[in-house]
Amino acid sequence: MILQRTLTRLLTMIATLFGVAVVVFVVIRIAPGDPIAMMLPPGASQADIDRLRALYGLDKSLIEQFVIWLSGVVHGDFGTSISLRQNVLGLVLGRLPATLELSIFALLIALAIGLPLAVLGARERGTAVEAGIDVANGVALSIPDFLWGLVLILLFGVLMPVFEISGRVSPQLDLPFTTNFYLFESIVRLRFDLTANLLGHMFMPALALALPLAAIIAQLLKQSLKELLTLDYMVLARVKGFSETQVILREGLKNAALPTLTLVGVQFTFLIGGTVIVERLFSYEGLGNMAIDAVVNRDLPLIQGIVLVFALLFVVINLAVDMAYALLNPRLRHG
Amino acid sequence: MVEARQLPRRANPRLWLAGGWLLAVLMAAIFAPLVAPHDPLAQDLMLERLPPFWVTGAEPGYWLGTDSLGRDLLSRLIYGGRIAFAVAFAAAIAACLTGSALGLVAGYFGGWADRIVSRIVDIWMAFPPVLFAILLVAVLGTGLSSVIIAIAVIDWTRFCRVVRAEAMSQARMDYVENARIAGFSRIDVMLREVLPNVLPTIVALLSLEMGIAVIVEAILSFVNLSISTDDPTWGGMIAEGRLSIHQAWWVLVFPLIMLILTVLSFSQFGEGLKSRFDPVLR
Repeated sequence: MILQRTLTRLLTMIATLFGVAVVVFVVIRIAPGDPIAMMLPPGASQADIDRLRALYGLDKSLIEQFVIWLSGVVHGDFGTSISLRQNVLGLVLGRLPATLELSIFALLIALAIGLPLAVLGARERGTAVEAGIDVANGVALSIPDFLWGLVLILLFGVLMPVFEISGRVSPQLDLPFTTNFYLFESIVRLRFDLTANLLGHMFMPALALALPLAAIIAQLLKQSLKELLTLDYMVLARVKGFSETQVILREGLKNAALPTLTLVGVQFTFLIGGTVIVERLFSYEGLGNMAIDAVVNRDLPLIQGIVLVFALLFVVINLAVDMAYALLNPRLRHG
Repeated sequence: MVEARQLPRRANPRLWLAGGWLLAVLMAAIFAPLVAPHDPLAQDLMLERLPPFWVTGAEPGYWLGTDSLGRDLLSRLIYGGRIAFAVAFAAAIAACLTGSALGLVAGYFGGWADRIVSRIVDIWMAFPPVLFAILLVAVLGTGLSSVIIAIAVIDWTRFCRVVRAEAMSQARMDYVENARIAGFSRIDVMLREVLPNVLPTIVALLSLEMGIAVIVEAILSFVNLSISTDDPTWGGMIAEGRLSIHQAWWVLVFPLIMLILTVLSFSQFGEGLKSRFDPVLR
């Protein structure tokens, strides 16, 4: 059953990616404004423009262009960036680690805030503490990451300048890294001075991304825990002499984890989508920041490549969550 | 619903507070020429970066101070509300109509209609929304209508998903079956029986979406892709404020407060309306 489910999901995933490719391809080609004309100095001859147009394959029909691009993508060739004149795949893979590290760090922060608040709220249910948590959740949830980013810039970048609010790492540092997973590599190489510097830069953008998700986790998990706490076996555990916190931690979390997992998976893709503007806000050199530059420069191949990579990331995360759910849920496992 | 109406109505402070704020900003925006103390575009380099009134060095009449070109911040905030609210209403309503219609059809009729709509929603959900918005506005060209179209094109899925699920569960209920037996056509049942029951959810989402539209417009202005740079927008002011943050914090703070309060109000207003309409939640 799990195998069949996986196959169906894989096919849907490919269909979705194909759809994304079609949509982005059509959208950016109805754009007015000639990317080629923007590349050449003013006064370039028509012959020069035509030559360059042919070089990027822009002289062919829309369908021909799509087929050529798609067959390239299938073979791992995403074309050449018009504004940066480099291989798109190389550019995207160069920036992806920065965005992944930021997103995962943000997810960890969201869990670190959301889980304890959920447990506390469930333990103190019906009290002013729970009401306070609810209010905080409501506010954190209603304010999107873009605004949280600005608030954090003001509070911890200007008012109390404790964290960096611009860039990924201090530019004067000498980086010994061979991959672009700076944070991961700094830990592996035991260069904790660099780890600290990287985290100092990442903390503000990651927190901005994490706050709305933390609120969602706290709210949903608290709700599940509260419902579980009325069940017989929870009552039994309490009768056995476990304290309220012990009951929640030992029995509650185990059973409330599954619905939370599904939700966190979906919300994590939203969080990654949020990196686009948050990276811009904090001048963090990730994929999203590059995407905005690509749009501003009308760099068609680069935009296509980045959007497709984001879409791939989203469907893969959804697939992974679905698989994890199927594996962890006893009803589906034996079904 | 009859029973629900007999319950005593409790005043809901959230609803009134949020609604009050939104109404105040809307009124100020509509009557901006009468309310704003200065011309929002008037530059005066003698008055650049004046602090707000409680800080020493403030100039009387410039309550919230001025930006790096000497333009009055309060007046720019008031005029910026015009674009924010125009985008909020137009984009949210367009997204709501498209998404709700498709969701209603997909959820109530099911079958191939549902499969097609769900496929499109899947594809849309695989786009990072902010990047999609920036891309669409770059393609459509900057301007108010482009911003509205871009937001509607991206966010109809929010309505579609929720309304589809709701319509699906409603379609299985007895009253729908009874109406069919009573001889109403499927479209009749959908519009007369299912739609009214889905409406509270749609209204709450609509209010929420208005808040989201305000943010998206601000983000587009922030990356310099919204309307012409002459018109004051909250997002444009934030972009200016981000640049001069170490010299003049107030240029960023006031539009940020404006955005936060407005977004919070839209979501609280939506929640409040929902709980007022929904007998179960009350």
